[in-house]
Amino acid sequence: MPQYLVAGYLPDDFDPSQMDEAVGREIHALNEEMIAAGVRKFACGLGAAKSLRPQSDGGVLVTDGPYLETKEHIGGFWILECADMDEAVAWARKGVAATRGQVEIREIFFVPTPE
Amino acid sequence: MSGVHETIEAVWRIEATRLIAAIARVVRDVGLAEELAQEALVTALEVWPEEGIPDRPGAWLMTAAKRRAIDALRRGRMLERKHVELGLELERQQERLGDALDHALDEVIDDDVLRLVFTACHPVLPVEGRIALTLRLIGGLTTAEIARAFLVPEKTLGQRISRAKKTLAEAHVPFETPRGDELNRRVESVLTVVYIIFNEGYTATAGEEWMRTALSEEALRLGRILRRLLPGESEVHALIALMELQASRSAARRGPDGEAVLLPDQDRSLWDRAQIQRGFAALERAQRLGGGARPYALQASIAACHMRARTAEETDWGRIVLLYDALLQVLPSPVVALNRAVAVGMAWGPAAGLDELDAATALAGESATASYHLFPSVRGDFLRKLGRLSEARDEIRRALAMTKNLRERELLEKRLRQWEKATPSA
Repeated sequence: MPQYLVAGYLPDDFDPSQMDEAVGREIHALNEEMIAAGVRKFACGLGAAKSLRPQSDGGVLVTDGPYLETKEHIGGFWILECADMDEAVAWARKGVAATRGQVEIREIFFVPTPE
Repeated sequence: MSGVHETIEAVWRIEATRLIAAIARVVRDVGLAEELAQEALVTALEVWPEEGIPDRPGAWLMTAAKRRAIDALRRGRMLERKHVELGLELERQQERLGDALDHALDEVIDDDVLRLVFTACHPVLPVEGRIALTLRLIGGLTTAEIARAFLVPEKTLGQRISRAKKTLAEAHVPFETPRGDELNRRVESVLTVVYIIFNEGYTATAGEEWMRTALSEEALRLGRILRRLLPGESEVHALIALMELQASRSAARRGPDGEAVLLPDQDRSLWDRAQIQRGFAALERAQRLGGGARPYALQASIAACHMRARTAEETDWGRIVLLYDALLQVLPSPVVALNRAVAVGMAWGPAAGLDELDAATALAGESATASYHLFPSVRGDFLRKLGRLSEARDEIRRALAMTKNLRERELLEKRLRQWEKATPSA
């Protein structure tokens, strides 16, 4: 069954300690629902980003902050196993409702693991 | 992105189980709950294309189902239900029913889904009815999808589902989780249904290929749902292990022209390693729960022996024979005996295998083996390895007369041609 990355985006100045309790409860309930439906492979929230950029001299420049300077950045994601993209979208809709944030979906393409 | 109809089907697929479970808890009737949920879906199909998919589709569907439920109560469709038993007047009954349904979805607990699973797989139903209801109620598949997967007309499938619901109602099957000894038997019935669904997708070679794969995957998903509901049941973990290990070979089971490729000839680099690891982990779990000698765990252990071998020659056939010995104790059947004979032949040579097979055939009796083409097919294989070529070919011809399956016939005919080439004089 194909797997999908369902990533949630948060505003740049998001402070988890200020998160609405109801939102937390709804995200928790959605996770429970995903597990019960047998679709959730993995889920997590993400901390602050560091970015690494290759330099013309062959070195690597490490900076604090996400690679793209945007108002929102990825704050967490689910890996879901769904019948098809339609089903993944149906789950992502629930993700939008629970997180009140934007959500992006990508199908995960598998490369066979070498021995 | 697909059309709105596909979107609604997908939403339905993920909402149906909880919705039906919640309604069933209130109205205490799975058949009625399914009808009410279905009517809510019909409403959604009318409204959503116009107004868009609601933020909380589950709650929306529940509100629609509630209206239908109150209608049903008014029209006497729910005459025997508990609110009537309480002797309340109709208006008060409607209010109570509405309230209960309003809150039902907030409180859906795993137990409701488990009750739904046990009801759908109730032994009072014929196996095909159990399969259809399980896919419908727990898998969230539409009647059309189930019909396509089983290659039957949609109307037939619809009748199968209504008959099953009627049987449940007539038998007064309670919406509950069985206890004690009864629980074991009922879990067995649930696992059988899931494994039949898996095999329907895995072994059948007719019909639309993609829908077949979808069935196997649906069975795996049902397994994951059961694992959550019954985490202490070793055979649930074992069945998941068996299905993962078998499914991990999917890509290697078909040649470039769609022909079947048997285990010894498969390109093992095409096996899905991640899935094999999941299978091993589930098997270990089953063993740690003390269920290593139960039927699904033994079958999974046999599959694991194959998966551990890097080449067909490395297969530990001696261990497989022992596992089949144990399996024959808990699950005696001609097919298990046949598989054991194959393993004996691989472990100790074709003469030993032939003796085992003939003993198994004698024990099972002609009637049990007469319709199963693998008996002569395996016997032919042993005879060829023993150099008894003309007898071997007779057995393959017998096997050919017994199977109508195109892919199997191709395999047998190919074998016959090769053996004829090997002895042009015969």
